[in-house]
Amino acid sequence: MAPSSKRRTGFSKKQQYSVFTGYLFASLGALLGLALLALSLWQPSTFQPLRGPATDAVAPVGEATAVVRSGRQSVWGTITGYWKAGSQNASLRREVELARIRLAEAQAIEVENRRLKALLDLPGENAEPVATTRLVGSTSSSSRRFAYIGKGSSDGVEIGMPIHSERGVVGRVLEVARGSARVLLLTDSESVLPIRRASDETVAFAEGRGDGLLRIRLINLGLNPLEVGDVFVTSGAGGYYRPGVAVAILDELTPDGGIARLVADSSATNYVTVEEIYEPEAVEAAGVRARDELTEDELRD
Amino acid sequence: MERLAPSARSDPYGSRINRTRSPIREYCTPYASIMVASLLPVLFLAGVMPFIPPLGFLFLIGWRIMRPGVLPLWVGLPLGAFDDLFSGQPFGSGILLWSLTMIALEALESRFPWRGFWQDWFTAGLVSTVYILVAMVVSGATISLPLLFAVLPQIFLSILIYPIISRIVAALDQFRLSRSRRIG
Repeated sequence: MAPSSKRRTGFSKKQQYSVFTGYLFASLGALLGLALLALSLWQPSTFQPLRGPATDAVAPVGEATAVVRSGRQSVWGTITGYWKAGSQNASLRREVELARIRLAEAQAIEVENRRLKALLDLPGENAEPVATTRLVGSTSSSSRRFAYIGKGSSDGVEIGMPIHSERGVVGRVLEVARGSARVLLLTDSESVLPIRRASDETVAFAEGRGDGLLRIRLINLGLNPLEVGDVFVTSGAGGYYRPGVAVAILDELTPDGGIARLVADSSATNYVTVEEIYEPEAVEAAGVRARDELTEDELRD
Repeated sequence: MERLAPSARSDPYGSRINRTRSPIREYCTPYASIMVASLLPVLFLAGVMPFIPPLGFLFLIGWRIMRPGVLPLWVGLPLGAFDDLFSGQPFGSGILLWSLTMIALEALESRFPWRGFWQDWFTAGLVSTVYILVAMVVSGATISLPLLFAVLPQIFLSILIYPIISRIVAALDQFRLSRSRRIG
């Protein structure tokens, strides 16, 4: 395409000055952006007052798309269901039989648990969720994995509260606005979650890798006791998440732990619940910051 | 004359008699389209990895490359700030990267004033690839090999979507310059 002659300055002083001013403003804008970027990397919550109202404004639109999204998934599920109805029916019957037996056993254990807890004078853990909402959106073009929920501080949501779907842990609240909140998903590369193997007391950390998988890092190094297919649940350490919620299934072994898949994939969830912080005192005592990141000093210890 | 050929007194922007451009359309369309494109990725739920191209940025370079002179050089400051509110990047990364992009494209245009579509596509692909990688570096995420692999699909999608974006920008430009206001 031929260049437009309008953009040539020629000998006009006015034109030349206006081009110069354009460059000047653009460079100043870049410098300002650099300063703001440095500030927000240093203090990530500085611009929360700006972002909050912005996400509040978009959240209602996100509600609508969330409804469409879940509707579309159920339509697809119906179609695929027709293909494997027969064989699935038989295997489901067998599974239900087994599940009934296990459920009865679990009920017995629960009763015993309650009795033992009453003996030890521990508070009950069946707290009501703070709010039930949908994931209304996410930062789908950025390398960070944040999602937005449609409930905010006016519904009692606070920073640090864990977000669960019906399958397991999704993430925790990072920033709160009036009618929406920003959630740090488990898959984000800055997210660290204390977990343990469901079958025994092998404790580990689940770190997001940024590509949808979790890196399991064992706390006690030595022989790697993990096996592919192991299920991990929250351990309750750190004080944010209540213990015993499903997190991930091991997919691949590495020398210091493994690579695991999420149990609750946030893109497939419909409703999520915001729960109370499990042990607020523990969170405060640990001095956990808004970012789940260890400083250099702590890493050396 | 008009009875024989109704289009005789009109051009692609509409009738040339007692019609003029609407100033609102003329000045708002580029900005509005870029802002809407900045908002769109929020509505998709990507919990696993980034897969939506940075649409706001692609529309910015689309307008810049297709219609030079429509957007002023300093436009990265306001539009980048708006994008930062929704993109999930730390505030300021959009301002910085969009401003630098505008300066770089301006310099490129003064160096290569005569260009074809394929060159424009190459430029847009290069610029968006660099943008996605640099945005990943400044996003505050811990850079690792899996993260790098996770952005590859997004980069490919951003390169492949440019022809569609340029068609949309062309249609929007037609809308922008159409004579919709009646005089007298």
